Amino acid sequence: MNENIAKATVSTVPPTPAPLAPEDLPSSEARILVASPRQLMWWRFRRHRIAVVGTIVVILFYLVAIFCEFIAPANPDTIDGAHKYVPPQQISFIDANGNFTFRPGVYGLSPHRDPVTLRLSYTSDPKQWYPIYFFSTGPDYKLWGLIPSNVHLIGLGPNSDQPFFLLGSDRLGRDMLSRIVYAARISLSIGLVGVTLSLILGIILGGISGLYGGTADIIIQRVIEFLRSMPTIPLWLALAAALPPQWSPLYVYFGITCILSLIGWTRLAREVRGRFIALREEDFVLAARLCGSSQMRIIWRHMVPSFLSHIIAVITLAIPGMILSETALSFLGLGLRPPVISWGVLLQDAQNVQTVAIYPWLLLPGVAVVIVILAFNFMGDGLRDAADPYGR
Amino acid sequence: MLQYILRRLLIAIPTIVAISILSFVLIQLPPGSFLDDYAAQLAQQGEEISGQQLEALKQAYGLDEPVYVQYYKWVKGIVTRGDFGLSLEWNVPVSQLIWERMGWTLALAISTLLCTWLLAIPIGVYSATHQYSKLDYLFTSLGFIGLGIPGFMLALVLMWFALSHFGIDVGGLFSQQYQNAPWSAGKVLDLLRHAWIPILVGGSEGTAGLIRIMRANLLDELHKPYVISARARGLSERTLVWEYPVRVALNPFVSGVGFALPDLVSGGVILSVVLSLPTAGPLLLNALTAKDMYLAGALVLLVGILTIFGTLISDILLAWLDPRIRFSAR
Repeated sequence: MNENIAKATVSTVPPTPAPLAPEDLPSSEARILVASPRQLMWWRFRRHRIAVVGTIVVILFYLVAIFCEFIAPANPDTIDGAHKYVPPQQISFIDANGNFTFRPGVYGLSPHRDPVTLRLSYTSDPKQWYPIYFFSTGPDYKLWGLIPSNVHLIGLGPNSDQPFFLLGSDRLGRDMLSRIVYAARISLSIGLVGVTLSLILGIILGGISGLYGGTADIIIQRVIEFLRSMPTIPLWLALAAALPPQWSPLYVYFGITCILSLIGWTRLAREVRGRFIALREEDFVLAARLCGSSQMRIIWRHMVPSFLSHIIAVITLAIPGMILSETALSFLGLGLRPPVISWGVLLQDAQNVQTVAIYPWLLLPGVAVVIVILAFNFMGDGLRDAADPYGR
Repeated sequence: MLQYILRRLLIAIPTIVAISILSFVLIQLPPGSFLDDYAAQLAQQGEEISGQQLEALKQAYGLDEPVYVQYYKWVKGIVTRGDFGLSLEWNVPVSQLIWERMGWTLALAISTLLCTWLLAIPIGVYSATHQYSKLDYLFTSLGFIGLGIPGFMLALVLMWFALSHFGIDVGGLFSQQYQNAPWSAGKVLDLLRHAWIPILVGGSEGTAGLIRIMRANLLDELHKPYVISARARGLSERTLVWEYPVRVALNPFVSGVGFALPDLVSGGVILSVVLSLPTAGPLLLNALTAKDMYLAGALVLLVGILTIFGTLISDILLAWLDPRIRFSAR
């Protein structure tokens, strides 16, 4: 495939006055001259520090989503009536005897009721100190619903019956950290699935529009213009509200992704169309046609590889939009519904400002959303710059 | 110019028709006819609807007839009598509910747009003329964060902050005492005290995007020969920048009106739910959750038409600003 990209981009390289053999040049320049486009893209991307950081954050989040059962210290649905609305526990290196240890730990909680407001609150009790163990045993789970295990990344080990709420607990005493981690699986995968669906639509419709032109092009362009001038969120809301309420969570999940991608494909289609139109006139396409290549071969062997990198960049920038839309829909109660856990579903608890003012840690799922979206945006920006290694 | 405007108006008509069809489909989407729901709801409240009344309503909405006749009757009602159908939940004609809401929606969207421009243009110009200065870095990073944080999160955090630190509830557009009071100087002041949050939050994303566009465009312009030659002739830096390159860089702002308005209106839906504003958003959400489909359909239709007019205005402005568009469209 590398060869094809090289072939495809030959015409965009500025012609050098006299062909220089790579060995005549200083080594760094020679490296650039003989580098494959993929290498050039990688070098260019690497220079974009913040994009690299964004990529690492995105990868970490997806790892968490893939291994959420292992990462989460508790079962996200376990209700603990004795520990409702526990504030985030602080990690401490001072043990019960007041000595410094290298092992982090948490203090036990002692509840007390406010005599006036009757509200239950918790203070940490420095007399009880429970060390945090890595790869500790905890509640049983099945990884991906298949592999039974009880090893968690972090936990209190032998003291696992003690409260352990690093990010606090919600109104039913469920562990926020575990819930946020499990929610990552749903929220992040909806972005990927939604983008895949809109990519399929976008490539087919954009490709037809760009390759054949004429009436098909005009119709598709009108449809895109129409969809783009629609206020998307009211439309999403209306479509999501029309999903039958008796559907199972899995159906609702796919229904929501379909709705998101039905409206989201237009940008990708525009991009693909633009690329096809630009490439149609390129010399290497003409050459391939004169050599007798079939239309399909020209598309898949010559045209697609040369704009694939642009499409990848556009996709990366489209995923955060999908994640955000799901969050917004679920937040309003029209998207996914409990018992499904997504960031938007978790944020439903934070809808009431009065509640948030008392229990601010209910906003933490939103922090996760913001971090992922920023990371995706940085990564996409870097990819977009790198996708055109022969630009400035 | 007149010819161009006429052409654009003609193009807008099929789009409006398409939106009306879409809104009508939305009304039809929930299973069961709305009359069944209506009868069931009345029965729940202990009222009995007579078969005769039911029949009369059926006639009025053409529910026995094929879908396209129903659609025709619905559109005809809107165009000739301003009748959008009956709101099930409120038990009043939809038209009584929506106009005030639509007015607030439009007012908020326009003031947000103006505020976006007022902020984005000077900041963008400053960032471009002082590239890589400390303030430029500050604005650029603020812009990135503004793009990344969803508006409703920002609104939640602001509300939480205002409530926990100053003890004030900033939701809504009016304080309790002015809610139903007649218009007065005090009410206007109260409105201004509340409106800045939705305007600022709603505009944050757009402002961030426009600052980036303005900065990039102006940077491209600033190195062109005409700028250098103007500088060589001794024009003051201020006239030089504002008189020529800024004007060229302004094009995306005008073409952005078309997409900014739909974005503001649709983003405003969620924002106004969080901030409980008297705009179309919360009404639409309620209508959808209660399956009050005539109300929901009317709101989607009106918001859609609003955005089409936004696009129309921006196209006309752009053609007026840039003769190339005017002539190429012939």
